[in-house]
Amino acid sequence: MKRFTELFCELDQTTRTNEKVTALERYFAQAPPADAAWGLHFLCGRTLPRVVSSKNLWSWMAEESQLPEWLIAECYDAVGDAAETIALLLPRTGSGTTLGLAQFVTEALLPLAQFPERAKHDRLIQTWRALDSNQRLVYNKLITGNFRVGVARTLVVRALAAVAKIEPSIMAHRVLGRWQPTPEDFQRLLSPDHPDHQLAKPYPFFLASPLEIKIQRGESLEALGTVGDWQVEWKWDGIRAQLIRRGNETLVWSRGDEMVTDSFPEIVAAGDALLNGTVLDGEILAWQGEDPLPFGTLQRRLGRKAVGAKTQRDFPISFVAYDLLELNAEDLRGRPLSERRTRLEEVIAQADRRLSGSRVGTESENESLLPGFESLIDAETVAPRILRLSPLVHAASWVELEQLRKEARSRKVEGVMLKKLNSAYGVGRQRGDWWKWKIDPFVIDAVLVAAQRGHGRRASLYTDYTFAVWDQGQLVPVAKAYSGLTDEEILQVDAFVRYHTTGKFGPVRSVKPQQVFELAFEGIQESTRHKSGVAVRFPRMNRWRHDKKPEEADTLETLRRLAK
Amino acid sequence: MLLKNTDRGLYCEAGDFYVDPWKPVDVAVVTHGHSDHARPGSRLYVGEASGKTILRERLGFDARIEMLAYGEAFSRNGVKVSLHPAGHILGSAQVRIEHQGEVWVVSGDYKLENDGTCRPFELIRCHTFVTESTFGLPIYRWRPQAEIFREINEWWRTNQGLERTSVLFCYSLGKAQRLLAGLDPSLGPIFVHGAIERFLPAYRDAGVKLPRVAKAEAEVVKQSTPRGFVLAPTAADGSPWLRKFGDISTAFASGWMQIRGPRRRRSLDRGFALSDHADWPGLLETIEATGAENIWVTHGYTGQLVRWLREKGRNAEVVETHFEGEKEEKEEAPTRAQEAEGEA
Repeated sequence: MKRFTELFCELDQTTRTNEKVTALERYFAQAPPADAAWGLHFLCGRTLPRVVSSKNLWSWMAEESQLPEWLIAECYDAVGDAAETIALLLPRTGSGTTLGLAQFVTEALLPLAQFPERAKHDRLIQTWRALDSNQRLVYNKLITGNFRVGVARTLVVRALAAVAKIEPSIMAHRVLGRWQPTPEDFQRLLSPDHPDHQLAKPYPFFLASPLEIKIQRGESLEALGTVGDWQVEWKWDGIRAQLIRRGNETLVWSRGDEMVTDSFPEIVAAGDALLNGTVLDGEILAWQGEDPLPFGTLQRRLGRKAVGAKTQRDFPISFVAYDLLELNAEDLRGRPLSERRTRLEEVIAQADRRLSGSRVGTESENESLLPGFESLIDAETVAPRILRLSPLVHAASWVELEQLRKEARSRKVEGVMLKKLNSAYGVGRQRGDWWKWKIDPFVIDAVLVAAQRGHGRRASLYTDYTFAVWDQGQLVPVAKAYSGLTDEEILQVDAFVRYHTTGKFGPVRSVKPQQVFELAFEGIQESTRHKSGVAVRFPRMNRWRHDKKPEEADTLETLRRLAK
Repeated sequence: MLLKNTDRGLYCEAGDFYVDPWKPVDVAVVTHGHSDHARPGSRLYVGEASGKTILRERLGFDARIEMLAYGEAFSRNGVKVSLHPAGHILGSAQVRIEHQGEVWVVSGDYKLENDGTCRPFELIRCHTFVTESTFGLPIYRWRPQAEIFREINEWWRTNQGLERTSVLFCYSLGKAQRLLAGLDPSLGPIFVHGAIERFLPAYRDAGVKLPRVAKAEAEVVKQSTPRGFVLAPTAADGSPWLRKFGDISTAFASGWMQIRGPRRRRSLDRGFALSDHADWPGLLETIEATGAENIWVTHGYTGQLVRWLREKGRNAEVVETHFEGEKEEKEEAPTRAQEAEGEA
């Protein structure tokens, strides 16, 4: 516990990525494997079963600190972190525990769950009294199940990979695999002869550069040459991913070295129809019939921990492939796009034949069971098509392309992609061969009507805002936004909120409707869940309209029109 | 009522003077030289003698300032006024006001721990106590300064090992000088930003022992061996001036650093919770010891402290002042005017 708390402090006391990785490496290399295994467990964001209810935690803390609940609530509001608030409010005692993390978790923490309430209370207070202030913070974070230290999982993986002297992508695969926080499993993770070889490895993603910036600078599309030199596709609004089929195993990697295989069993099933040694690049989208669904649908699905049949049915998805990086275990990235595309079409067609073969098989089975009742077969019992090919968009001229881009919104895509036909598949964001050209966001002027304090890094500042537009002489809230302002502006809005509060509703303060902000957002939908009747997607503050008075803000009517 | 709150600040009608007025008045008694308490434009000021150089800096060289030593009194219309140590910064005072046997004390800003750079806080018994409440929540409980200084010096040594210059942000007046007094000068050279250098003579003249420092110029700071220590106002964070120092580690010394959020938001490596204000136990202890029947609570967590006191059966009320408005980031976020003035 001592060493792990020290690691927590080290990670907390530097803003440098390299130093964080070094601290992690030191910990993994030096801590006894039993402790390091639990350390990794928490650093990866895995939690413990809840041993104490939040209600009990707060009330026992109130008892121990002899503070009234209203004052504790005020403190929590100022701190913005439950574990930290509790650690700060407990009376000072304790010289710390010398138990190792593993022993502490398995002997002092986990058994709490089985304790009767009174004993649990006594044990918790006893532990609080024994720990020093930093250990208390870590302990509270462990029991509240909210252990976040500001290190991304990729950094943990990078450190572990350095200790094991293997590549980070392979370590990422191992860490995502099955292991328990035991010394044996931890040592297996670090072992050089772990049975995964290179099979899990995705390729680095090739990223497109925004064409809007080029155009804003006054450069014309003609500068790109003739439109015929480019492959044009729709820009999908989903999760960029690679589908890997090697060694009779299918893996799905999203951008940022995150393996999402377990979140998308349908894609895994579809990927099984590919030949070993195949890697597709594409996009995961929520999908129904022949159309993509809004990104929000996909997001809601990602929020689900377990992906059962119901989740798959409620949030159907699709993998839309647009590039072929590997075929027959051969790296194709150096080949021109035109050639990769032709072969991609063959691969998809082949997989499709295998998959639909199995689909037809099911159907004919049904038919034989129910002769003459084909029309009664529910369309949904036929497996939906998961693997799709991103269609090519044909534009005879740049003018026509500009027209097509304008249709993007009605086609439920984000814009268009331009990829040079003779281009290789590069690494990272290399300018020149791949461009993305997004549709302009929607923009409205709205009035700041309420604010709430932020959490974590933004704790104690009013950083979360509610905006409203006019409807029949009333301001109706339509969006919440957190991003887009500079730190300087946040301080100014924070001061405004403090001086112009008109009411307090729990943590929310209503403010004098005086400040106008230009909000940008990507989409707008009619919604029955929102009082205003509309829901906007990814709203952010474009700029603070100091020049506008609140009565000049937009109306709900304008928004409804945009939704059409 | 010996004092009342007006749109110019706390006013004593019987004695016809103001305490820390925020608008120009005829007679202003000032508790200390921080810019939200000592504002220029009044016809006559009364301040504590050890802080005279600071008040001159702040109020201008043509301002009329009457200096009183701690404990010394003057009378106006039968009202006796005296200044007593507040322990906040050099020359900081509590204002004791006595009229027909009734005693009021205005605390100004204060802390209880003796920081060695100004006269330590002295408790004055009174009938009504006007207290600040900047850190009036129980999450604010300071550790002894010796511990914090040990950590700061240790941080400096660690940075030296990594070939990095240590840059510590702080309030330019008071906190900076307190930090200088607590740094270990045997570790290496100490540099200060101009906004801090400006107030050093005031401390040296008052007999406060401070280590030798040099003005923080990029060439010298960058080349200092072993790696030096730079004190700078928060406004310098992210400035071109700072970028010339090469590899640096940054920290902030302030009571607000008691919480991780404000530090992480600023992307600072370290935060040292060192404050010149009373913490929660300090506020309660002082309020209790004054024996005051009435407590007026100003700038800070006023509502929270008042509610706490009332629940304990005390007469307490919020007094809205212009050093007020939940200015939580006071020590950290200078106003534009202050930045222009170079004092952050």
